Amino acid sequence: MMSGITKDHQRFRQIVKGKIRDDLRKFLTRGELLGREGNKAISIPVRGIEIPHFRYGDNDDAGVGTGDGKPGDQADRNGEGIGPGGTEEGRHVLEVEISLNELAEILGAELKLPRIEPKGKRRLTSEKDRYSGIRQTGPESLRHFRRTYRRALRRHIISGTYDPDNPTIIFERSDRTYRSWKTTTSPQSNAVIIYMMDVSGSMGDEQKELVRLEAFWIDAWLRRNYEGIESRYIVHDVRAGEVDRETFYRIREDGGTRISSAFRAARDLIGSRYVPHEWNIYLFHFSDGDNSSESDSRECCTLLRDELLPMCNLLGYCQVASAYGSGNFINVLHEHLGDDERLVTSRVNTKDDIYDSIKAFFSAGR
Amino acid sequence: MTVRQETMRDTIARWAEEIAEFARREQLDFYETRFELLDADEISQVAAYGGFPQRFPHWRYGMEYERLQRTHRYGLGKIYEMVINNDPCYAYLLNDSHVVDYKTVIAHVYAHCDFFKHNHWFSGTNRRMMDEMANHATRVRRYIDRHGLDRVEPFIDTCLAVEDLIDPHSVFMRRDADRWTRTHPPVESEAPRVTRYPAKQYMEDFINPPSALARERDKKQKEKDAHETRMPAHPMRDVLLFILEHAPLSDWQADILSIIRQESYYFAPQGQTKIMNEGWASYWHSTIMTRYCLREEDLITYCDHHSGTLATSPGRLNPYKMGIELLRDIERRWNTGRHGLEYERCTDMEARRTWKTCEPPEGAVIGRGSPGREKIFEVRRIYNDVTFIDEFLTPEFAEDQKLYHYRMDPATGRVVAVKNEFDKIKQQMLFMLTNHARPYIYVLDGNYRNRGELYLGHRHNGVDLDIKYAVETLKSLQRLWGRPVHLHARIDDDAVLFSFDGQQSTQQRVDDSVPSPACKL
Repeated sequence: MMSGITKDHQRFRQIVKGKIRDDLRKFLTRGELLGREGNKAISIPVRGIEIPHFRYGDNDDAGVGTGDGKPGDQADRNGEGIGPGGTEEGRHVLEVEISLNELAEILGAELKLPRIEPKGKRRLTSEKDRYSGIRQTGPESLRHFRRTYRRALRRHIISGTYDPDNPTIIFERSDRTYRSWKTTTSPQSNAVIIYMMDVSGSMGDEQKELVRLEAFWIDAWLRRNYEGIESRYIVHDVRAGEVDRETFYRIREDGGTRISSAFRAARDLIGSRYVPHEWNIYLFHFSDGDNSSESDSRECCTLLRDELLPMCNLLGYCQVASAYGSGNFINVLHEHLGDDERLVTSRVNTKDDIYDSIKAFFSAGR
Repeated sequence: MTVRQETMRDTIARWAEEIAEFARREQLDFYETRFELLDADEISQVAAYGGFPQRFPHWRYGMEYERLQRTHRYGLGKIYEMVINNDPCYAYLLNDSHVVDYKTVIAHVYAHCDFFKHNHWFSGTNRRMMDEMANHATRVRRYIDRHGLDRVEPFIDTCLAVEDLIDPHSVFMRRDADRWTRTHPPVESEAPRVTRYPAKQYMEDFINPPSALARERDKKQKEKDAHETRMPAHPMRDVLLFILEHAPLSDWQADILSIIRQESYYFAPQGQTKIMNEGWASYWHSTIMTRYCLREEDLITYCDHHSGTLATSPGRLNPYKMGIELLRDIERRWNTGRHGLEYERCTDMEARRTWKTCEPPEGAVIGRGSPGREKIFEVRRIYNDVTFIDEFLTPEFAEDQKLYHYRMDPATGRVVAVKNEFDKIKQQMLFMLTNHARPYIYVLDGNYRNRGELYLGHRHNGVDLDIKYAVETLKSLQRLWGRPVHLHARIDDDAVLFSFDGQQSTQQRVDDSVPSPACKL
């Protein structure tokens, strides 16, 4: 009898998503979404859904209240309904709840990102045994007493040997049943994202904010495509080291920049933990591109060409504009490795560039 | 689960029968009422549909549903009951309530139902609306199947933007009804009079030259003709009707618009009587519970929930509270004779306070048959919220209830309570209740500048229109009308004409260069 509302509700959600898609660029730059995960609902304001009506403006924002209101007291009104007429109705912007997964879905649809084709001949799976089955044979330690008893009881009754006054049940071989296991396989994550960030002196808070936002949306999109994806974080100035997520975003270092140190750290990390032909490896490097020396840049290119690029699905290099002028590293990459399609570069100067940057990274569907 | 549900329904039916008996004893009179038990989610669905199990499909109901669901989930509000003005009356009750809640709500429902049946403002409503709504749903669904959601839905959106442009009073008067069934020929107006200056016979042709007279006569005749064929003949509040009659709508479009208009008319009285209706229902659930139904062990729960319903918070006006208190005040006043000229004129506060010119008749049961009780029955029959507040809100009452008036302080931009001036309070309340606190919009010309353009006017009563919304709404009107539409409104004491021609929104100050419409407000 009530199926109508479900349809109406779905249609409403569809419209909401459409509106969000229209405003996607704006949502991508919203810092407060950071740190949200998966299926938890987040509340975001959506404009332009409401149906307009002729109504009164604010030039006489007045009403009647009840209570001990003395002249001059601030009238406490939260949003709607100051009275029976409710002149306040709907004056605020509609807030809708949506999960991050849905948001990532919209992101994918709007940027026309293809679903990623995982590499590796087989998906990695983990096997687990669960004792959920029943068999006629097995060790006595796994005997299912209740079932065995029931079968025996039934046999006694059918064959007429059951005596209610002396209800002794004797098991036979055919009554015995045993617990047995079934092997279930569940797909296991075979993707890892390694984030590398330049935390040298030239990377200010503004730059880090850009990195944070970009990384957040990269994460959101990849999580839609792989279950239980792993994330690793590397920071570097002239030396590199692995850190946890919190540190990655908070840390403030000083000093020069030697990008090759990060690439080496990434190589070592992959070598120790992730077998390249079974893992989908995503590498993202964020820097202002102000590498310390030409020779180090050349070394980076060698490292990338010979070791890192062959291992990974994608290496995204994202160069943010720093206060000291934009660096040169992106040009070096173009020059030496511009023809390798696993390397994607983008420049992010302001928050508005994040949209195009994400699109550049994932439009190949790797 | 089904077993439990079934027995619960039986119990409810038994209680309903008992309570109906008490209600009838108190002279309430209602349609047969059917109670349905719903869980919180189902009742949100019904509430999103304005109380009905079925409405035509539209995402707006989905939006409302989501809002109600969220309100419920966060514990910000609970809907105990929904009653439909229908014969038989349908009432939906929340199924995980306390026993005493069920009884209270049932009593409450019967009073609503009595109100629907007897309040004059509901007399024009369709009492088979349950079926009608289902038919509307079927019709709209068929249009969607036939013409596609991508055509029907935007059209419904457009119609909903103007759904409130109806004339709720038209239900009670037959404007122009005898126009086509006259018993006498209409009084022909005489030939137009021309200005003729007094003159001696021999000067006549000189002072009133025949050519000038003829010219003037022609001009006046033309004006008169134009006046007689103007459209509409008078400012028309039922904008939707005007659009239905004159806009180039296809059959399915006209049908959808008429469905929306019909539903607006159906819901209008509920908007007009919110305070009275809830007040009446609260008055009776309180009376019936305390006189007949309340068991000792339920007393605390009952009081807790009853006071929860009537709770007020600063800056809000609770219609339940306002209604029940005002009804009780009326009952008290009429029981003690505090009304009429003599009482009104009495300025001695002490005399007014202790006024008692009327004794309840000897041996009368408390309440029943008393002049106060008679009076509130009369009130429920003929008043709506506006007339109710206008007639019965007294300074004493306002003070008792601690009503105050607040407004935005232009200096600080904060909303602050201002003087507890009775006139201001009353004026503000009436304003909030009049036309559902929506502006009055009239059709002034359907053939503006002889170009088939629609010209609307806002009747200004102290508060300006919200410009942003007006511009958006005008776009919807243009989509319905097909030709350019104009809205005449007063903004900051200037007459402004908002226009939308399908592409561009414009606004201009109204001065002599702007042609005037067929009718004036």
